[in-house]
Amino acid sequence: MHEIHYVWQWPVRICHWINVISIVMLSITGFFIGRPFMTAPDTSLYIMGWARMLHFSFAYLFTVSVAARIIWMFIGNEHASWRSFFPWLTRKGRAEFVEMLRYYTFTGKHTSRGIGHNPVAATAYFGIFILFIFQIVSGFAIYGQFAPGGLWDGILGGLNVLVGNQWLRLMHHGVMWLLVGFTINHVYSGWLMDVKERTGTMSGIFSGYRFSARKDH
Amino acid sequence: MKTDLDIVSPPIPEEILQRVEAKGINRRDFIKFCTATTAALALPVSFIPTVAQAVEDKRPPVIWVEYQSCSGDSEAFLRANQPTAGELILDLLSIEYAEVLMAAAGHQAEEAKNQAMEKYKGQYILIVEGSIPTGAGGGYCTIGGQSAVDDCKKLVQNAAATICVGSCSSFGGIPAAAPNPTSAVSVGSLVPGAAIVNLPGCPVNADNLTATIVHFLTFGKLPAVDRLGRPKFAYGKRIHDNCERRGHFDAGQYAESFGDDAHRQGHCLYKVGCKGPETFHNCPTIRYNEGTSWPIMAGHGCIGCSEPEFWDTMSPFYRRLPKVPGFGIEDTADKIGIGLAAATAVAFGIHGVASCFRKGDSMEEDKTGKEG
Ligand code: HEM
Ligand code: SF4
Repeated sequence: MHEIHYVWQWPVRICHWINVISIVMLSITGFFIGRPFMTAPDTSLYIMGWARMLHFSFAYLFTVSVAARIIWMFIGNEHASWRSFFPWLTRKGRAEFVEMLRYYTFTGKHTSRGIGHNPVAATAYFGIFILFIFQIVSGFAIYGQFAPGGLWDGILGGLNVLVGNQWLRLMHHGVMWLLVGFTINHVYSGWLMDVKERTGTMSGIFSGYRFSARKDH
Repeated sequence: MKTDLDIVSPPIPEEILQRVEAKGINRRDFIKFCTATTAALALPVSFIPTVAQAVEDKRPPVIWVEYQSCSGDSEAFLRANQPTAGELILDLLSIEYAEVLMAAAGHQAEEAKNQAMEKYKGQYILIVEGSIPTGAGGGYCTIGGQSAVDDCKKLVQNAAATICVGSCSSFGGIPAAAPNPTSAVSVGSLVPGAAIVNLPGCPVNADNLTATIVHFLTFGKLPAVDRLGRPKFAYGKRIHDNCERRGHFDAGQYAESFGDDAHRQGHCLYKVGCKGPETFHNCPTIRYNEGTSWPIMAGHGCIGCSEPEFWDTMSPFYRRLPKVPGFGIEDTADKIGIGLAAATAVAFGIHGVASCFRKGDSMEEDKTGKEG
């Protein structure tokens, strides 16, 4: 009745959780950088210094994790593959996408019941990867400003001129809120599917295993 | 052992000093000037005699024109209150045309300008102040019947080098701010590819202008520039990274409003909109008015005046980030973001409740599970 599948390979899970931790840390420290809500009573503290130090350290961790995941898209199994983020490239994928979207909008009864990404979520993840890359690129571009002529300024400094460094900052700040919105959506959908599909949506991202329901249509 | 104290500047040759004195310039002032300018250019002390020689014997012709400007840069230069910058350089340069300075007026003045251009073709230094309006066929700014567009192009093409003083000639500045009614542009975009150096700032710092001229005289070329065509010696570092309030920034001590306790204590102006973290200029080290003070020292945040489009991107001046396009002036990125996050949470909350109550979506497997 239930088949057990090894869906999320270990690099996928590790990158997923590193991303979670770094995004949480980057958002907290980033929010503080944008709006320092704590004031130090005297100069013996180093609040902003630490916030920035943590932001930049997690920025490097996050960048490595995102890069590793992108590399894995070309090495890993079918669920990790870059193809899984474009469900609408195949006819089957398009049909499942519609089925899933109808389920979410209460106009259909069934979820798409794959064991990998659900096709609507997979499409969202594609957008999320774009936002990740945007945060990394804009982040390192403004980061490079402390050392004109240095490594990051050399690679990305041109963006500060092209886009304007204030707009980059504003967008870097705004994308944080998009990621907060995504996280709410993501956790909620994970919960919903866990409850409704009972295929191990939630435990799968810890263990790697998911169950498939028998296909009967 | 050699220490820093042993490094003394080689003397400026006596003949040069005598010639300078013969021109009525105090030798002490001249030595001070050469030393300070060498330092501003970040050159080693051994260059002082070279700089002195270049400044003394070149006496290059200069044409200083103004288009859409407020004359703030001319003022900044002329009000340099010691002989160091302004006066001295005026003695050492041969100013052929400068609207704020010259006695001639009208056609006579224009005639002098054209003559100077012809006579010193390819030799004169052109200093441009103000942006150039390209709208209405150049009709928004004409001088002696000639549009600023034509005038500027001709002058730039015939100059040995062009120095743009202030943000307007460098980047378009305030006249080019949205909605840019006169379609004002910078000299660089009017005459692409010419030998131009940008000295933005509102106004330009007179010491940076002097140093740039001296660099040209000494080495025969304009100083090394960054991506925006600004000399690295003056715009190579971010204000924030040289700011005297940086300790308070890193510690987390901020003025919340002007006049509050933290402001009076001299804490960091980040939360009242300081743009030091996004602005490149040497204000913290060179300061204004002979090193007397500079905005942040005086208790006001940096407004980013030496960055392109500062009027549009650095405002609101008392907020850190620009206004989010399409939203009201009171809507900060955070307010909008919190609204977005709250709306998402509410929407999915409702979806969740509805999903709990929905019927008939259970899996076929559930049934078999229950049966078996
Ligand atoms: C999920 C990823 C990230 C989030 C949510 C995030 C969030 C933020 C936020 C909200 C700010 C404040 C912006 C402002 O108001 O000016 C900020 C600042 C900044 N972030 Fe990020 N960030 C992320 C990733 C990165 C990365 C990968 C880098 C790369 C180095 C980076 C570098 C910076 C820098 C340099 C600043 C400005 C710090 C300063 O001016 O002192 N960020 N970030
Ligand atoms: S006052 Fe401005 S430039 Fe100085 S440390 Fe604070 S934010 Fe940076």
